[in-house]
Amino acid sequence: MTVTGSSIARVAALVIVTVVVQISVVTQVTFWGAYLDLLPLVALSVGLLAGPITGASVGFALGLVADMALFQTLGVSSLLLTGVGYQAGRYRELRDASHKMVPAIGGFVVTLAYATAFSIVQFLLGVDSDVSSTVIRTILVGALLNALIATPVFKLVRLVLRPALADDLRPRRRSTSPIGLRASQ
Amino acid sequence: MYKKSVRRRRAVLGLLVGLSIALLTVYFGESASGGLHAVQRGFLEVLAPLQEGASRALKPVRDFGGWVGDVFDAKSDNKKLRREVERLRAQLAAAETAGSDGEQLEALASFNGSSSFPDGYQSVKARVIGRSPTVWYSTITIDKGSSAGVRANQPVVTGDGLAGRVSDVSGDAAQVTLITDHSSGVSAQVVPNGANGLVKATVGDPDDLLLDFVERGRPVRTGSTVITSGWKASKLESLFPRGIPIGTVTSIDATERELYQRVHLHPFADLRNASVVEVIVPANAGDQRAQARP
Repeated sequence: MTVTGSSIARVAALVIVTVVVQISVVTQVTFWGAYLDLLPLVALSVGLLAGPITGASVGFALGLVADMALFQTLGVSSLLLTGVGYQAGRYRELRDASHKMVPAIGGFVVTLAYATAFSIVQFLLGVDSDVSSTVIRTILVGALLNALIATPVFKLVRLVLRPALADDLRPRRRSTSPIGLRASQ
Repeated sequence: MYKKSVRRRRAVLGLLVGLSIALLTVYFGESASGGLHAVQRGFLEVLAPLQEGASRALKPVRDFGGWVGDVFDAKSDNKKLRREVERLRAQLAAAETAGSDGEQLEALASFNGSSSFPDGYQSVKARVIGRSPTVWYSTITIDKGSSAGVRANQPVVTGDGLAGRVSDVSGDAAQVTLITDHSSGVSAQVVPNGANGLVKATVGDPDDLLLDFVERGRPVRTGSTVITSGWKASKLESLFPRGIPIGTVTSIDATERELYQRVHLHPFADLRNASVVEVIVPANAGDQRAQARP
């Protein structure tokens, strides 16, 4: 991603809007007891679009703002979302991230990993109450719901960040025919 | 060039992870009046108007989402409601035959009217403008803060029963820790037999609360109502005034070896869908109850 004043402003706006919409609107609606979670999806999308450094930075910022706004233990969400953004960025560097299904599958995987890691950190920090087995169901349902909205979220993030992106992540055109012959010009 | 890029990438990752861990360590170690907590309160002050604006502006979107969710949940709700009607019918019959039980149940039913409302208190209505997205933190943000007389540790109720307590306050917003949060603890009493215990959450299941530390000798019946006990001892008193309904007993775990019974409750308040709550504040604004404990 090209770092300019405009790109930083876009990323900052993306972070603030995501957190405000998440805690004011999205979490007010439950499906089978689970919530949609935009935070790992936005960190994933930025990582896939802009690489590991930007992905990790945006993940960190998202987590920090969310923890601040929700009076949660500072650092937990930032730590985990930094990992989400970084890994998504590394996936972009090492694999073909332009496939249509990458955001949906990635959305499921990162939401599941993020929620599981969040639970582990909470156990490490100490839980004063009993834990219901429905936590597992809630995490799974949340991951499935997130997979459903991951592609629209990815497209929205791409729309916001497009002017700042060095190269747009779109399905690559074949430069050769299926049997390896280049079409004559 | 490649090595430089790898080094840079790893340095940024290391820096962010280190920063997160440092924040976590400092925050976890400091008291509620510490620096990072103060920064959080300041941040809430700035963010509250944005949250309130977003909550109002996007209400149609939220309502549509709620409608979709409700359609999916309606089938199972129908069964649950039928069972609830049967249970309430049985409860009503029991209340009619037992005079003292009936009086208490009647008082609980009209809690939000006036007769059972705690003496010396008044209510501040507030809208829910934010909610935690994880199962590990059961908190909401409300649009009333210290400027409306809201203070930390004041009880919060819905029209149906106890919702939680105010955990942090800024000028125009406050954070409420719900009774379904793992850090919550409410001293409570089963009516009519008076068995006392501590209501705690079951993380991940907002429909199940646990009344712990109930003496084994005290009989507790399924369907009994649980209210806040509102104890007072010398200079200390409970944060929650006596008589706020919490929930009904659904089942009782009692093993031979344990000294206490563990009583499962279904909370009266629908905490997942509450959009308006009331903060119970002392009629005398000077009474901050700062020394109180749950």
